[in-house]
Amino acid sequence: MKTVLWILIAFLIVAHQDFWNWNDGTLVLGFIPIGLAYHMGISMGAGIVWFLMCNLAWPRHLDEIESDETTGAQS
Amino acid sequence: MNPGQVRLAIIITYLLLLLGLGFIASRSFSGTKKDYLLASHSIGPFLLLMSVFGTTMTAFALVGSTGEAFKEGIGVYGMLASSSGIIHSLCFFVIGVKIYSFGRKYGYTTQIQFFRDRLESDLIGVLLFPILVGLVIPYLLIGVMASGTVIQAMTAGAFPDWSSFAALKPDGTPSPMHGGVPTWLGSAGICVVVLIYVFFGGMRGTAWANAFQTIVFMVLGVVTFVSLANKIGGQETLFESLKAASAKVSESHVTRSEMSMTKFLTYMLIPLSVGMFPHLFQHWLTAKSARSFKLSVVCHPVFIMIVWAPCVLIGIWATTQNIPPTVSANGVLAFLVKAKLSTWLAGLLTAGILAAIMSSLDSQFLCVGSMFTNDIVEHYVGKERLSDTAQVWIARAFVILVVAVTYVLSLQGYKSVFTLGVWCFSGFASLFPLVFAALYWRRLTAAGALSAVLAMVGSWLYFFRDSGWGENTKYAIKLPFGEGVEVMPVLAIFLCTLVAMVATSWLTKPPSDKTLAKFFGS
Repeated sequence: MKTVLWILIAFLIVAHQDFWNWNDGTLVLGFIPIGLAYHMGISMGAGIVWFLMCNLAWPRHLDEIESDETTGAQS
Repeated sequence: MNPGQVRLAIIITYLLLLLGLGFIASRSFSGTKKDYLLASHSIGPFLLLMSVFGTTMTAFALVGSTGEAFKEGIGVYGMLASSSGIIHSLCFFVIGVKIYSFGRKYGYTTQIQFFRDRLESDLIGVLLFPILVGLVIPYLLIGVMASGTVIQAMTAGAFPDWSSFAALKPDGTPSPMHGGVPTWLGSAGICVVVLIYVFFGGMRGTAWANAFQTIVFMVLGVVTFVSLANKIGGQETLFESLKAASAKVSESHVTRSEMSMTKFLTYMLIPLSVGMFPHLFQHWLTAKSARSFKLSVVCHPVFIMIVWAPCVLIGIWATTQNIPPTVSANGVLAFLVKAKLSTWLAGLLTAGILAAIMSSLDSQFLCVGSMFTNDIVEHYVGKERLSDTAQVWIARAFVILVVAVTYVLSLQGYKSVFTLGVWCFSGFASLFPLVFAALYWRRLTAAGALSAVLAMVGSWLYFFRDSGWGENTKYAIKLPFGEGVEVMPVLAIFLCTLVAMVATSWLTKPPSDKTLAKFFGS
């Protein structure tokens, strides 16, 4: 599942380069230029993929951290 | 009261509210350094989301996005907003959570403490300190200068008879800014307010103020969008007004026909800067637990959309309005608000713009103070020789010094300061391989890290000089593959850093087993 989600993130990055919308002046709903509507979709898509990532691929071992400052920051 | 005075009264009321919030936050201050600089790791998911989002959104999110859309069209959203939505959350997930876990476990407050420990090198701190501070200061300047400009523009006409508020053209006639609060005074006021709540409230005051200010600028941004859409479109319903407003926009502004595809592609690297921002590093460490990051990771892209998309639409609609040539692109939003909306709404929007500016300034001031206290004073004088209280006062003193230096620099009036901002982001973004490798690559060595930092500085200076020290605001590296094939300098600087880091690390002795066990387990 984790691999699938990382592939989805990579897909979003590739889909971000939407050269096919470059010169298209269509207005979605009559007022949002398609190049803007598409990228708003990318923003929403990012929110959804990161939601899945947080729920299905969260590094749970980092949730309970014990402080060990004796071997920590050099001073 | 004239409209300028009403807007000024709203701004002053807002600033007093912030001071009140700082005062309340300061009553929870326990007196320890950990509480002052990291709010004792007490920040939960909602506060973390709002404070981190407020910190990453500067004046550029409201004023600059409208101005850039006015100049370049809708492409600015994809170039800076949707890319940041993906990459910022990536940085929170991949870098932030891991940094938090090490910071919490080993007691780090600053990036340099982490790098010194991970790389077993004192020198990396000596090299990184001036570079990180040097990259943060122009970023601070943008906020301080923008606040003075916004206050003057929105209070213009408030006191036309006061000689110290006069703003005249070369021929002696009043300019559009005449009678407004002068920029030196507006900037000073903002610096003092931020300084007071950072001084007394520390990180907790900063987080509370950021959360409050983020809500203010998000709500006011949406209210302004709806009001302007109704005024510009001029139809009976909002939906009809939206359609009427967009129908008049030229083809070049509803497409990206005049934008370079390769430049657009390489802009994707700029948001990686979030992985190396020292002020975000400190915000991450305020989290109550690693789980607190989840809400930020998920909501950040959507919040960016809520702020940016309305501003981009207002920017392209502005091209259909009669904007005087004397109004700069960054002044378009203020001009429209003053010309089309009520005095009250204009005053509230000014408060919203100032909220976006101050929610970044506070974290940056505090982080520079933290770096000086932890990475220089505590590191070289010794933890045991300074009490916690003394360290809090040293941090406070350094914050005052940084505010004063930034304010004095802002009075020099750099014209190309917004371009400098992109150069700063390019520098931070090019250091991303360093933090990524420190967390995920066992083979990274101190020599590799030092080479990476030197390669970043060297290549950054080379391209910055080539751009006429930022004078050429459209600077890009032209590739020999045809007309218009150009990339942002961040790509070249990033690659130089990466190659230097990997090559030097392979050629030098790996870190000790003890360090590898500490950061990578067995």
